[in-house]
Amino acid sequence: MDMELITNILFAMVRTATPLLLVALGELICEKSGVLNLGQEGMMLMGAVLGFIVTTLTGNVYVGVLVGVFGGMMMALLFGFSVQILNTNQVATGLALTIFGTGLSAFLGYSFVGQSIDGFHSINIPVLSSIPIIGKMLFTHDLLVYLSFALFGGIYWFVYKSRAGLKLKAVGENPHAAKALGLPVIQIRFMAIAFGGAMAGLAGVYLSLAYTPLWVENMTAGKGWIGLALVVFATWRPERILIGAWLFGLASILHLVIQGLGFEISPSLLAMLPYLVTIVVLVMLSRDPIKQKLFTPASLGKPFRAGD
Amino acid sequence: MNFKIEKRAEASELMRWLSPFIAIGATLVITTLFFLALNKSPLEVFYNFFIAPVQDLYGVSELAVKVAPLMLIAAGLLICYKANIWNIGAEGQFIFGGLIGGWAGLQFLDVNSPWVLVPVMLAGVVAGAAWAGIAAFLKTVFNTNEILTTIMLNYVALNLLNFAVHGPLRDPAGFNFPESAMFNSSAAMPIIWQDTRMHLGIIIAVIACIGVWFILSRMHLGFRIRVRGADEHAARFAGFNAKAITWFCLLISGALAGLAGVIEVTGPIGQLTPSISPGYGYAAIIVAFLGRLHPIGIIFSATLMGLLYLGGELVQMFLGLPMALTSLFQGLLLLFILAGDLLITHRFVPKWKKPKADEVPNALAEGAK
Repeated sequence: MDMELITNILFAMVRTATPLLLVALGELICEKSGVLNLGQEGMMLMGAVLGFIVTTLTGNVYVGVLVGVFGGMMMALLFGFSVQILNTNQVATGLALTIFGTGLSAFLGYSFVGQSIDGFHSINIPVLSSIPIIGKMLFTHDLLVYLSFALFGGIYWFVYKSRAGLKLKAVGENPHAAKALGLPVIQIRFMAIAFGGAMAGLAGVYLSLAYTPLWVENMTAGKGWIGLALVVFATWRPERILIGAWLFGLASILHLVIQGLGFEISPSLLAMLPYLVTIVVLVMLSRDPIKQKLFTPASLGKPFRAGD
Repeated sequence: MNFKIEKRAEASELMRWLSPFIAIGATLVITTLFFLALNKSPLEVFYNFFIAPVQDLYGVSELAVKVAPLMLIAAGLLICYKANIWNIGAEGQFIFGGLIGGWAGLQFLDVNSPWVLVPVMLAGVVAGAAWAGIAAFLKTVFNTNEILTTIMLNYVALNLLNFAVHGPLRDPAGFNFPESAMFNSSAAMPIIWQDTRMHLGIIIAVIACIGVWFILSRMHLGFRIRVRGADEHAARFAGFNAKAITWFCLLISGALAGLAGVIEVTGPIGQLTPSISPGYGYAAIIVAFLGRLHPIGIIFSATLMGLLYLGGELVQMFLGLPMALTSLFQGLLLLFILAGDLLITHRFVPKWKKPKADEVPNALAEGAK
């Protein structure tokens, strides 16, 4: 394999991994607060369609990004309201959000299918982009990819180093104890849910404005579910989410690489990899009660009501 | 907000019955607003969605074709949810059942015996059960969360199907389309209404619902399932074998979803294609909830959900609206059903109103706990 091919593969890997990274980082924060939101797919699609529509109408990608992120957040707040105020089941509500978002986004974007826009362009960072191999891999992307790097850094700091991150983890580990300590559990969870929605919206926006600047019904094609798998795969750690997103991104372009090398393997079989790997990681985690306690937010998926 | 949410002293029986209807009403109100905002006549859309599809007898028969898989899958999911086992994998079990059943069907392309039906259906049932069995195995042996494994397995099944129709099971005479050969009609469920596509599946689905009702309310096994669902600790103290219940629930629900898959593939679709399920496995979750997790309830809710699918196709044809409107209705409906459950255990009271006398001792009793 020659140098240029490797460089191009790594470049494509980072690009493909960006929506996975964004949505998984958002879900990480959400799950750290103890809330399991299965609505990733729906929130991403709403972000993607709103970002695309607004960009088409205003001609301004930045306004599109803002509205898309806002749309993802609104969807997440709908979920948060149901789960926390109306006390609905998290799994079923998240699923409802995915189904609803799929339908609503297709409905809203119906007349925008096939239109083209001027999406994000790549910006080569001077000096850094000329480093062999990693120069192209990391420093020749569009603005949203750089933003995802920055968000990764911010979330890494937030989870490991900040006081607020500790509070978030306290709520996720034991909401009752956190409440006894005087933490506003419902509010903190609302913020975590909203942040997760905003990140999913951004992931969707990236798909419709940068990755393939167009809108197609159901264009996320299961990326939200991979994001969800990624959080488990990464055992709820941000740095492993980055590595995992790159691995999963590589897996989804691997069939191109293998074809390039002259081998034949079905892309469908390769597309199964992320899901199978996630099941294996889940099993390894759950068979060991100590590991499970160490890594999984203890109250994940369990309801907490204001009155309790 | 001038209202506050207050816990009822006792769960309201009235609301238990009313809440699905409230959810349907709320969904209609919200979608009306949507259509108005988009300058579509809500009446026209609703007419095409809910009335036009079943205006003639052929429409009714087509409705039965859509309802059969939904009802079959939901009957199985019901058992899981009663036991508090979150099987989200009906979609994958449906697909895998359809794939393996379809593979079996392809082995009998030239055989014209009514007995072909037996191995074909059996293959689908066993495959569906096996797919759910993976989750049961991981749950009982490694204590792995079934929500996540069943979701992941949905995508694995979908990709397996894609692989099969693009590769090993592709029709050699099919001009490279990702489709298998057409099945022999003897591999399909017999048609029970001449000149339509209505097949025996709908009868089997109703029987499955009655069977599930019998298990849940007339057998000790059903009692154990319900106790496990209500309180896992209580079930353990009573000495019920939680692992056996997990296996039973997942296998039954996988078997029914697999059966629905193979019936759909060999019957109405007639061949394996990359899109054998229009999301039936997910829609059946809504059916189960809308039917209030009751076997008789899901007969009605499956009918409504089938109508949504049928209406979605019609609206796409006549009004040029996306088929995804079906998902819009489904998602809203599920959100409102879940939210509506609050009305059973809670009520809205104006903030200025004092609590009723009979609730004070109750509150005290709770405090004393």
